[in-house]
Parts: sequence; structure tokens; C-alpha cells
Amino acid sequence: MRTTTLRGRAALAVTALSLTVLLGACGTDDTTAVADTSDTSEASADSAAEATADQASSLSVEDPWVKTAESGMTAAFGTLVNTGDTDVTVVSATTEASAMTELHETVDADGSMSMQQVEGGFVVPAGGELVLEPGGNHLMMMDVVEPVEAGADVAFTLTLDDGSTLDFTASGRDFSGADEEYADGSDSDMGGMDMDDDMDMGAGEDSTEAP
Amino acid sequence: MSAADQTTGRGLGRRRLLRSGAVALAGAGAGWAGSAAARAADGAAPPAAADDVLTISPPDGAETVPYLGPHQAGVATPPQAHLVLLGLDLVDGTDTDDLRRLLRVVGDDAARLTQGEPALSDTEPELAPRPSRLTVTIGLGPRVVDELVPGDLTLAPLPSFSTDRFEEPWGQTDLALQLCADDPTTLAHARRMLLKDTASFATVRWVQTGFRSARGSQPDGTTMRNLMGQVDGTVNPAQADGDFADLVWADGPGAFAGGTVMVVRRIRSEMDTWDKVSRQGKELAVGRRLDTGAPLTGTAEHDEPDFDAVDDNGLKVIDAASHIARARSDDPAERFLRRGYNYQVHRDDGTDDAGLVFTVFCADAERQFVPVQRRLAQQDRLNEWITTIGSAVYAVPPGVASTDDAPGLALLEES
Repeated sequence: MRTTTLRGRAALAVTALSLTVLLGACGTDDTTAVADTSDTSEASADSAAEATADQASSLSVEDPWVKTAESGMTAAFGTLVNTGDTDVTVVSATTEASAMTELHETVDADGSMSMQQVEGGFVVPAGGELVLEPGGNHLMMMDVVEPVEAGADVAFTLTLDDGSTLDFTASGRDFSGADEEYADGSDSDMGGMDMDDDMDMGAGEDSTEAP
Repeated sequence: MSAADQTTGRGLGRRRLLRSGAVALAGAGAGWAGSAAARAADGAAPPAAADDVLTISPPDGAETVPYLGPHQAGVATPPQAHLVLLGLDLVDGTDTDDLRRLLRVVGDDAARLTQGEPALSDTEPELAPRPSRLTVTIGLGPRVVDELVPGDLTLAPLPSFSTDRFEEPWGQTDLALQLCADDPTTLAHARRMLLKDTASFATVRWVQTGFRSARGSQPDGTTMRNLMGQVDGTVNPAQADGDFADLVWADGPGAFAGGTVMVVRRIRSEMDTWDKVSRQGKELAVGRRLDTGAPLTGTAEHDEPDFDAVDDNGLKVIDAASHIARARSDDPAERFLRRGYNYQVHRDDGTDDAGLVFTVFCADAERQFVPVQRRLAQQDRLNEWITTIGSAVYAVPPGVASTDDAPGLALLEES
């Protein structure tokens, strides 16, 4: 929360500044310099000192929450923040609240949004972040086995491509949105096909996680 | 800003408007960078070109009231312009664990929204960045304290008073969420967010909305006027008073230390009959002048009333049955913080219902509030024109030191 506060404030200030520049100097291109303050991390590319640290040590999950569900499918959201100098890839997610959890993206297929398992995992850029949100990328809980209640914590583990893991807890929230995408995903032929494939993979993962 | 400075004597036009906007936005950026306290101190006008026809007031929507602290915000906080008071009833079967989850959700929403951040599952995050001194204050009703809160905390319902004329739905509820802000749009968003997040725990019995004068329409600290035209709250304890803390904050039991008790009375003003009273009659009923709020024995609002003064006919200048004479106690402990708001709603019968959402905060309602209310119920000239149509009391837990905590959670950990 605390770090979020600060980041939120900074973002607002930047917005205000760039608006001022826009309004005060219409037609010039000065605004890009203000907007792209995050692209300054390449300076440390030659620093190998970080090589020994695993990827999980530079990754955090901010403002995580889960849509409440008695059973069936639901999803978890939040912001993945990578403070490291190299990209981090999340390859899988697990939670005991769901027998199977997948990394999903939402895509616009012929005008209707549908979700599918993301190819290659979630890539969180060096010094950047990846937002998981309704209607976008999310952690898809395919088979809720422990009801997700409002205000209750749900524990998750993310596995990264170097094999390191990151634990976090997300708080349950009642949320009426994000329904359409589930329906689209399971109703549409494409989504259904994808999901069948995922089922097999997911079941395998789950059995290794069970003990 | 430089663009605005360069503005020369051109006519009012679109370009001109844009430049004014730029000035105001630059001012806003500066405010966001500073602390809320600094912001409150430099309430001066924004930099603006002198020949600007259209000026925009300094936006104060970025102002925040600290969420963390020994007490919940929204009690000692200088009253914001607008109130939304939510009266909620817990669903049947609610247990302590359910209440704990509810408090976590409400606390998290309060922590974020009051600081200008969207709530976790906020579907309108664009409405969050202008908190306008938003505060969210959580209160627990007697049934909750009785049945779900372990430990020694007790909260008795208020006794009935002879002047009570209660109407549905304004009675006691399990929970109260007091939302206050200077901006009604901010409040609407917070209200919706909190009601969405509590919907699986509780149902809404009533919503009491209220208002004071708009922020900036008069100097901060001006005593409010109620809709009967009276200056209302002149003798309210001030934080600078030595006994403010003793009057407002409970010293226990246990984890309730730093909490307070909130009394909510919905008091209708009978405006149609009040209209028929002469100005002199109105002042006699209260004991204060309508224009300045001064006692009838004084000239300025804060003059001390002289309850012994008599006029040429030997009659008391301040009638012994007037509101201020009856409300006054010789016991300095029979005082409390009033933080009420005007209300005005339209009724199905085509008339308006107006009055006060009379909100009191005190360490001990039975010791401080009840004796005064009992005296007023026995006799108060003002009673002819006011009717108490609702009443409730809540235990307001102390504040929290961390956003990992939430108001009320500590009470549930006691045994």
C-alpha cells in the first residue's frame, strides 16, 4: 500500500506536468520527455552484479485481489512490478483455492473479446510492470475448490522462468464485471478448444502440486 | 504558465480559455507535490494573469485527511461540506469472522479512497484522484457490540425521550459508515464502492445525506447555519480546548481506547410552522440572535450568555425555557462534539422534509449526551418546531497505525 501510494502520487504529478506542457506549448514534441521517465534503466545493462539474484527477488505483486466465487471459475488481478535490470517471465501460477490456475490474456477475436492462455507466460519488462486486470491479462482460476470470500486472503505462488517462485496473497472482492470474458472463452469454439488443451496441462500441474 | 504570462490583450476566446486551464493545472501539480498540511496553509489564490477574464479557483480536490492515526478520521476532522451516512444491517448468520472480513474490506477501501487512490476492484478509478478531504468512519451498533465483539466493550441503546417521534427507516442499524467530503462526486463514488464491497455482508437500511455550506463559500471554521437560519454549534468543543480529548475519545475498555461513541439523531425542522413565527419569537426560542448568532445578552457570536440578565420589565433576556438555557449544563462533562449536517429531501406528498442529521461524538453517551437530551425533552421552546424522527448510536473504534490493520479488528481479537 505504502509504495503504491507514492507511485500513484508520482503518476498524478507527471500527468499534471505533461498536461501543462501540452496546453502551454501546443505543437511541440516536448511532452514525450516527461511521459517516458521509466526508460532509463539501460544504463545498468553491463552490471553483472545482479546475475546471482534470482528473478523472484526483483518481482513483486501490488494491489492483488481476487473476484469472489463459490466454485467454478474466477480470476486474480494486480500489478506485477519488476525492479530488476532484466525481464522476468512468469511461467505459471498456483493456488490451493483452485485445482487449476492458468495465465490468461484477453484478445479481440473478430470483435468479440475472448480469453486464452498466454503463449510464453507473462513477461514483466525490466524496470517496468505488467497489469493484471479485468478484461486484460489475469490469473485464471479454472476450478475453484475453496470458496473465495470477500475480505479473505487467498495465497498464490508464481513460478518464474529461472525456477524461482514468488508467494503473495490476494484479498477477495465481490465484483460483477469480468463475466463476459469467461462466457466468451468457454462458449466460443476457439476458446473451448484452447481450454480443453489447457485442462490436460493444468491437471498435470495440479497433481504435482497436491502433496 | 509561461504561455499564460505571455497573454496580451486579446479578446476572450478558445485560446484564452485553454491558457487559463493551463494555469490552474500547473497550480494543481504544485499542490500534489506538497503535503496536505502545506496545502491547507497556503490557501492563497493561484497565480493568474491579471487580465484573465476567466479565472479558475485553486483546485482543492487533491487535499487529503490522514487515514492512519490513533483515532478514525471524520470525527475531529473539520467538517467537510457533504455527508453520506450509510446505515447497514448485517445479514442473518453473520459471525465474528464475517465481520472481520467486512472490516478488512471497508478499511482497505477507506485507506485507498481517502488518499486519492482507486479501491482494489474499482470500476471507476478516474473518480478517485480527487478525494477532497474524504473520510470514512466506521461505527458498530449495539447488537454488533453485544453479539460479535468479545471483551468488555458495551454499548447501550439510547433511552427513549418524551419528544421522540420516530419514523421508518431512521432507526438503529448494525453498522454505520460515515462518509464525508467536500466534493459530492467523490462521495458518490466512495458510497458506491463501499456499498458494492459490503453487499454480500450487509443490507442498506437507510442513507442519510447532508450538507453544509460549500467549501470556500465562507472562511474555514465559520459556525454552520441550519436550515432554520440559526447559527448552530457555537459552543462546540474545539480541539484547542484542554478537555477536547476527554470529551471525545474513550480511554477504554481495552482496544477501544482512542475510540468514540457516535449518536445520530435525525431531527426534522417544521419549516411550515417556523415560517409563521416572528423574528423576535424565533430568537426568543433559541436565546440567540439570528443574524450574528450572539446570545440575546451579547453582541458577538462567542459572547458568553448572561442567563441572569433581565429587561426593563424584569423578564429574563434569555428565557429560561429557551434552547440555549435548557441545553446549558453546570457540569462541564455534559458536553460533546456536534458534527451535524443539514438535510433536505422531497417527499412523496409533494412537500419538502428538511432538518438536521444531528451527529454527536463523545466518549460516553450516557454520561455526556443523555442528560442534556433529557433536559431538552422536558422543556425547550424550540421543541415546538423540531421533531426527532430517527435515532441510533454506534461505537466508533479507534484508528489504525497501518493499512494492514483496519478499524475494529483489534476489538475482535480480545477475549
